[in-house]
Amino acid sequence: MKNEFQVIAELIEKNKKVLDVGCGDGILMEFLKNNKNINIRGLEISKSKVQDCIAKGLTVIEGNAEKDLKQFPDKSFEYVVLSQTLQAFLNPEQVINELLRVGKKAIVTIPNFGYWRVRLHLLIKGTMPITKTLPDEWYNTPNIHMCSIKDFFYFAKSRNIKIFKSLAINNQNVSIINDSNLTIKNFFADLGIFLIEK
Amino acid sequence: MNTENNIKTLIVKKPLKLDCGKTINEFPIAYETYGSLNKKKDNAILVFHALTGDQFVTGLNPITKKEGWWSYAVGPDKAIDTKKYFVICANVMGGCMGSFGPSHEDPNTGTAFGTNFPVITINDMVNAQYNLLDHFGIDKLFSIAGGSMGGMQVLQFISNFPDKAKTVIPIACTSSHSAQNIAFNELGRQAIAADSNWKGGDYSSEDTIPNKGLAVARMAAHITYLSKKGLQEKFGRKLQEREDLKFGFDADFQIESYLRYQGSVFVDRFDANSYLYITRAMDYFDLAKQYKGNLSDAFRATRAKFFIISFTSDWLYPTQENKDIVIALNSIGADVGFVEIESDKGHDSFLLDVPDFLSALKNFLDKSYTEN
Repeated sequence: MKNEFQVIAELIEKNKKVLDVGCGDGILMEFLKNNKNINIRGLEISKSKVQDCIAKGLTVIEGNAEKDLKQFPDKSFEYVVLSQTLQAFLNPEQVINELLRVGKKAIVTIPNFGYWRVRLHLLIKGTMPITKTLPDEWYNTPNIHMCSIKDFFYFAKSRNIKIFKSLAINNQNVSIINDSNLTIKNFFADLGIFLIEK
Repeated sequence: MNTENNIKTLIVKKPLKLDCGKTINEFPIAYETYGSLNKKKDNAILVFHALTGDQFVTGLNPITKKEGWWSYAVGPDKAIDTKKYFVICANVMGGCMGSFGPSHEDPNTGTAFGTNFPVITINDMVNAQYNLLDHFGIDKLFSIAGGSMGGMQVLQFISNFPDKAKTVIPIACTSSHSAQNIAFNELGRQAIAADSNWKGGDYSSEDTIPNKGLAVARMAAHITYLSKKGLQEKFGRKLQEREDLKFGFDADFQIESYLRYQGSVFVDRFDANSYLYITRAMDYFDLAKQYKGNLSDAFRATRAKFFIISFTSDWLYPTQENKDIVIALNSIGADVGFVEIESDKGHDSFLLDVPDFLSALKNFLDKSYTEN
């Protein structure tokens, strides 16, 4: 399981009810179910990935986060997880609001557009950055609303969203982000993980 | 039709009060089983058939000598694995394969009930079939499953008996028959009634059968089970055993010939009055209405795990109507999974060899069973 999922799993206490939005093939869900006795649900747009989840015995709903989150009642999950998909939504702000309505807390991870390799790629090559976490070309990327760790930090503040914990991942290294090291983390981390609440 | 020898029947002694107000006593429920019930009696799956199905789910149907209607899904090593599960299916009340229906003799007149048979509902159907649990000594079913009208029975069953099934699989169905659904059913009923052989439903005493009306009803309904794309790909404008158009009203096109054939084989196995009664039961189905307009309330008392399946090209019970059930379940925090299967085979997809559907069904059942 990838490091990002380890970090997310550590943020979630045992025996909670969790919704994984954009759950993919269900790797994180399966881990949470088996290791933390989590009552886990998934929402996934890809039919083939929904099938993968069913084959793992996971409860998954085929659907689109921008349309289908509204069916869940307020605060019906202790945590709602959104891993590396925020940037693919037409209206990320609305999705964040929905996550925070449905979940008591939300865990959001973003590929960091402020990462030095991304900056260097654009600076030196002058073409849209391609990295491990951003592998697609400009013309076929699903990512239409890229942001940096700093952007997300400022966004949360401006919307009175409480950031309980924010973590930076750079390869295998996980570190805490705070106000004083934000600029440095925004440069060296390729992924940001935020535990938020409203 | 002398069918008694191949039909297992449970005579229900307990009186059943029907939605129409009448109470029936000592009525027969015809059923069939596949696989074997284990010692713990926790491997039973109650399968509900659709409008024109019957209790012969899989293998050779002993009456029609054709493959059972769900042979793709049910059988040894199949999605509903009869090596593992004990599958029970009953002929619905109002049907014509041995369960209490309009072709049964009315003790008051000595002739078939015909249209004197009480109008029955989906609710009546599942209440009647519930007696099979007592019959087999099953406290809780592992699963209930069915497509189309079978799915409606699944929904009604779990709302009537919330703790009697662990898993619930409504397929290609709706919680409430739409105006379009009712319209198509009415077309079929009117076709039957327009046949002079129908005789107000009293055809059996006059020894006639409204074959033509029933065949037209089936032809019209059959179109609704297929998709436009599926029809176009299979038939297009292909001609039936002829080089050119004949400038007449014979079946020039293959699609015409196909529909006529579907109509003609249907009348051999199905009773016209049963068709009226069962389509009426479907039209009356509105689960939300039973709960003052709140569909979620139908499921509030159950802790069962739901798995809802729809098909992309099903325009009779489209994905959105299946999704409405998912939404009602999510809004009360129920355990519900949902998948829309890609298929151009229309509403009939659930009866056909659609691998993604069959594997999803199998995976859901087998994984849920090991977690038991």
